[in-house]
Amino acid sequence: MSDLHVDLERTSPGPRKIVIDPVTRVEGHGKVTIRLNEAGEVEQARFHVVEFRGFERFIQGRMYWEVPVIVQRLCGICPVSHHLCAAKAMDIVAGVDKITPTAEKMRRLMHYGQVLQSNAVNFFHLASPDLLLGFESPVAQRNIIGVIEAFPEVGKWAIMIRKFGQLVIAATGGRRIHPRLCIPGGVNQNLAVENRDALRADVDQIIQWCCEALELHKRFVSAHHTLHETFASFPSNYMSLVGPDGAMELYDGTLRAIDAAGAPIFEGVSPQAYRDYLIEEVRPWSYMKFPHIRSLGREDGWYRVGPLAQINCCAFIGTPIAEMARKDFMAQGGGGLVHATLAFHWARVISMIHCAETIKQLLFDNDLQGTDLVVTGQRRPEGVAIVEAPRGTLLHHYQVDHNDQVTMANLIVSTTNNNEAMNRSVTKVAIDDLTGHEITEGLLNHIEVAIRAYDPCLSCATHALGDMPLVVTLEDADGAVIATKVKQ
Amino acid sequence: MQPATTAARARVLILGYGNPGRGDDGLGPAAAARIEALGWPNVTAYDAYQLNIEDALDVAGHDVVWFVDAARTGPSPYGIEVLAPAASLAFTSHLMRPEAILAMAHHYYGASPQAFLLGIRGYEFAFVEALTQAASGNLASAVDMLTDWLRAPAASPAS
Repeated sequence: MSDLHVDLERTSPGPRKIVIDPVTRVEGHGKVTIRLNEAGEVEQARFHVVEFRGFERFIQGRMYWEVPVIVQRLCGICPVSHHLCAAKAMDIVAGVDKITPTAEKMRRLMHYGQVLQSNAVNFFHLASPDLLLGFESPVAQRNIIGVIEAFPEVGKWAIMIRKFGQLVIAATGGRRIHPRLCIPGGVNQNLAVENRDALRADVDQIIQWCCEALELHKRFVSAHHTLHETFASFPSNYMSLVGPDGAMELYDGTLRAIDAAGAPIFEGVSPQAYRDYLIEEVRPWSYMKFPHIRSLGREDGWYRVGPLAQINCCAFIGTPIAEMARKDFMAQGGGGLVHATLAFHWARVISMIHCAETIKQLLFDNDLQGTDLVVTGQRRPEGVAIVEAPRGTLLHHYQVDHNDQVTMANLIVSTTNNNEAMNRSVTKVAIDDLTGHEITEGLLNHIEVAIRAYDPCLSCATHALGDMPLVVTLEDADGAVIATKVKQ
Repeated sequence: MQPATTAARARVLILGYGNPGRGDDGLGPAAAARIEALGWPNVTAYDAYQLNIEDALDVAGHDVVWFVDAARTGPSPYGIEVLAPAASLAFTSHLMRPEAILAMAHHYYGASPQAFLLGIRGYEFAFVEALTQAASGNLASAVDMLTDWLRAPAASPAS
């Protein structure tokens, strides 16, 4: 049974109005508003993120070397991504342009462990119930338990891959929660041999399970080709980090943006130069900013980030199994890009394979047992860094005064980069699925499926009891509420 | 002093979750830290920003589980709810309910620990690493209750 709470009320005169129990505008909940035009057709749909915007101010006044630890407070799902991104920015502030091989590989190992486990949670817990059991399957069964009952091995993959990623984080950062690996200019430990050996013992199995998950997902795509191609989909620009040779790069590199045909919009852009290429627009109806490519303007300059963008933007993947999977994936595009929104999931599994392969390579690199951990340099007033977090491009920008205190912080998180794209996916679903003035369970369900493809990071990271429902509201051309539905 | 009753035998997990960087959202971790400091061998206490799937492994390894979270609404100083396994599907991975963790522990590991949700009332959730005075008082009451329960477990703790 669905946990929707709906009361019905009639207003007179005027349209039928469905009213829900009052929902406080608490931080962290998602709100979708569908606006109809005079003809009763969908004019636009907006995905609002009701989120307290204040974490940049939270960082101001902190000592710059504290920041890599403090920023882990921003998100309970991606603390490692913020930890690493802040550390890279503070390397610049500390006057360090290149850290030692041991430090870089320790950070990479932690990063790939984080991306692996986070993508596993998304794919197995959020996506697989929709994909393996079907969009229209009963809500009561469409969850990870339903998946485990239908595909017993998937539950094991989900938990064990996630656990392995957490063990990588613990081995590099001291503990799986609140890890503390990075300091400006390097790291504070190398990889203990006993931890290396324990991870080596499991990594081949992890790669194997990721490959089996890919095959399972490809069977879904084969069986639902049209749905996969068209659901909530549209052509778009893409942006991600790439390596100097065009390889997929999640930890370091330069920005590359491409248009819907795959032509470069810009490439080789250093993180320090991001403001020459990107602009962040504020819109009055949303707490979340709308970044776009400066040269293309707000109407045409929006883009997508995340696993789909990482694969569309790169020339190749530097690990063998993932590269084979990338070629297979790109064949969908017939020589062009892949634009299907549901392809985020396929791309996410390829990213998992790449992460697991990279972790294996690193575990057999003796640099991880090196003892040269930190480099020092001449202090600078500013630092910018970018990593590819599990949900896509994450940017941290700081200015630091003579007292070593942060005076300015600007963060562009992955979900913010995908803001416009999420709106467009929800709009596409509304146009395709809304009939009349009723928010059906089917419409609500499809809106959720579309949002799950991006797996937005909403609350960063409070989650006190009662938070984070999804609220969908239907409005007429004058903005009057026609119907509202809440999914707890 | 260690408990001398059945709590000494039952394996108890105290899982406090929340973000200490967000004011009273740190109530769960603060409660877990205080219980951990007791050092009782049959009691495991740890904290997490958010619940996640691997918590099912820890849950499955215990006889009794207390999930401890901050509550935006509800009774002061705290409320207690008996939990049962219930799977669900959210629209973001940034939300995992304790009932879903219990469902995974049950379906995948065959474990059905007795489970409670302790919601400690909080008031301010801004970016600050401190509890409000009122929340601190609620925390003290909740920890007292939890400590008493650990000494003499009851099937249905009084809220």
